[in-house]
Amino acid sequence: MSELEPLAATLGPLVLEARELSKTYRIARGVQLEAVSDVSFGLYQRAIVALVGESGSGKSTVAKLLAGQERASAGSIRLDGETIEPARRRRFRAHKSEVQMVFQDPFSSLNPVHRVGYHLERPVRLHRGARTRAEVAAQTTELLEEVRLTPPEHFLAKFPHELSGGQRQRVAIARALAVRPRVLLADEPVSMLDVSIRLGVLDLIADLRSRFDLAVLYITHDIASARYFADETLVMYAGRIVERGPSETLTQQPAHPYTQLLLGAAPDPDRPATRLASGHARAAVGRAGSSLAGLPGCRFAPRCPFADERCRSQAPPLLPITRRRAAACWRLDVAAPALAKALDEEREEAIRT
Amino acid sequence: MSAAATVNQPAEGAAGESPVAPVLEIEDLSITYRSRGGDVNAVRHVDLALRPGEVVGLAGESGSGKSTLALGAVRLLRPPAVITSGRVTYRGRRIGEGGFDVLAANAHELRRLRWREISIVFQSAMNALNPVLRIRDQLGDVIDAHMPLRREAKRARLESLLDLVGIPRERLRSYPHELSGGMRQRVMIAMALAVEPEVVIMDEPTTALDVVVQREILEQVAELRKELGFAMLFITHDLSLLLELADRIMILYAGQLAELGSALAIRNATAHPYTAGLLDSFPSVRGPRRALSGIPGSPPDMRELPRGCPFTPRCSFARAACSEVTMKPLTVGEGHVSTCPFVGADELAQARATRREGSPR
Repeated sequence: MSELEPLAATLGPLVLEARELSKTYRIARGVQLEAVSDVSFGLYQRAIVALVGESGSGKSTVAKLLAGQERASAGSIRLDGETIEPARRRRFRAHKSEVQMVFQDPFSSLNPVHRVGYHLERPVRLHRGARTRAEVAAQTTELLEEVRLTPPEHFLAKFPHELSGGQRQRVAIARALAVRPRVLLADEPVSMLDVSIRLGVLDLIADLRSRFDLAVLYITHDIASARYFADETLVMYAGRIVERGPSETLTQQPAHPYTQLLLGAAPDPDRPATRLASGHARAAVGRAGSSLAGLPGCRFAPRCPFADERCRSQAPPLLPITRRRAAACWRLDVAAPALAKALDEEREEAIRT
Repeated sequence: MSAAATVNQPAEGAAGESPVAPVLEIEDLSITYRSRGGDVNAVRHVDLALRPGEVVGLAGESGSGKSTLALGAVRLLRPPAVITSGRVTYRGRRIGEGGFDVLAANAHELRRLRWREISIVFQSAMNALNPVLRIRDQLGDVIDAHMPLRREAKRARLESLLDLVGIPRERLRSYPHELSGGMRQRVMIAMALAVEPEVVIMDEPTTALDVVVQREILEQVAELRKELGFAMLFITHDLSLLLELADRIMILYAGQLAELGSALAIRNATAHPYTAGLLDSFPSVRGPRRALSGIPGSPPDMRELPRGCPFTPRCSFARAACSEVTMKPLTVGEGHVSTCPFVGADELAQARATRREGSPR
């Protein structure tokens, strides 16, 4: 099968790339935890890529590696094709300003003793070269308008505790924008917000990526929001990417058994109440995957209803299943028969022509 | 329709009255947090009757008063929170013979009421376990205090409790830190069920958990409810969960009732613009992509509520008369009430359908 051509790559030029990235933590003598293993993907200008997984799957570690907060144990990170090396201090600092993060908890990511204005003035002075008081004021006002906190004068003088969760998250986004980044890493940016205001914050990020040509990584455990918000979705399990593809096709026709489990667990307002009580998703029972290094086989095998001998002894590689999609599963023919059949037909077609 | 015309009729008597005597009845409950900056009326004139064996979902944004309402109903609030009006009765028609006037109960009576009759699972339950005690001892404490058993019988009870929530029996010897978040939450649920209460209040029990774990726990709770027959008040800000889990749903906004009805009616005959906004806030993984609107603005500042309906500043159906509205439950269907006098279910459904025809996202 030919090379994978990610959907996100069709939307804009490659900005930030993870190549065979791994991160290992030593958790006890002789025991290694492979939080991230062999993860490769690209972030493209004006594209939103979602990284979906449960807690402990390594998705936040990926963000920390990309942001330069942690050093990779193996693999490389490239910005505009150039490998980032923390040892080259100046280049590394430039990298940090081009790749900005928005964190999950807007209650702890803003300094409670400083006003909103202070949070924005510093990056505006340091990274935008604003000198005079008037310049600083003009730029901070503009930033608040960008994240739709209006009237800006009203918000500049507020302390974080005077704002709602959604407003705080908007301030955090404004602060990230203050640096004029090219990549925005949003680590569960709405999971601590009320359901009713999540959409507004996600729409804001989607809008900003078009206006500022941002490449966005959206990290979440909510695969339903990935469907709506991201162009491409990567599903991560126990440190590995197990499936990737365009968000819509991936959620509507999942290939990997873990993606199927995730989708089955998502609340569904269109599903009648009786479904819950019937114990339908009992297949879900099982412990979160182990990321301990050195364990053989597919990491999802202990929870997988389709696992066989090979799954327990050999880790499946992430292989393209269509031009846009890839999955790491030995048993796709059983796990996603309709998809596998369609692929076979496509393959035959390709051979014939 | 003229500005003052009302489409919904005043409700007669208590909302959704039925022949079955409620096990927990909240009438006209108001709770205020006193502070130097002025009083905050966190809960205002709320009625809710929980019938035996039913699941009532309580939904609203943070600050809508849903937790305050539940905690107030079992007298778990401390100053500066003050109950300013209302009546809460447990088995109200049998006061004296196992029934309680909760708000008038003394410390001794409250002790009998809590755990044995009404128990609570808190949102932060994962951190509510004592880190230096084994699971066995913490579960055992509840039994010792409320349903003393002989040693053998108690052991058997503890083991059956863990079976009930799907944790291996050998975990009785574990300390909390040796369990995963989901397991700890299950221990808390086991603890709440330890002495077989009639009513279980769940305050955002799965908010801190992963989707897959959340689903497992909710399924377990639904099964346990069927098996043991307790009534449940389930509090969450995630309406999509309630549509699957609850028999009836109550929507609170700014401490007041917005809408109350069966889960089906809330979903299919939505009668309050705020409920409609909540329903259009979460994406679905299945079915066609539908346009989502969310709710503009932020939850209200409870110290400076607008006159009339508090949802007015965020409401797309707002009109001048909204500031004159007195918030009363109005009947819109059988056992279905809304406090919005202007917008009917048909008008709302139409508006939402038109919006959905727009481009997705």
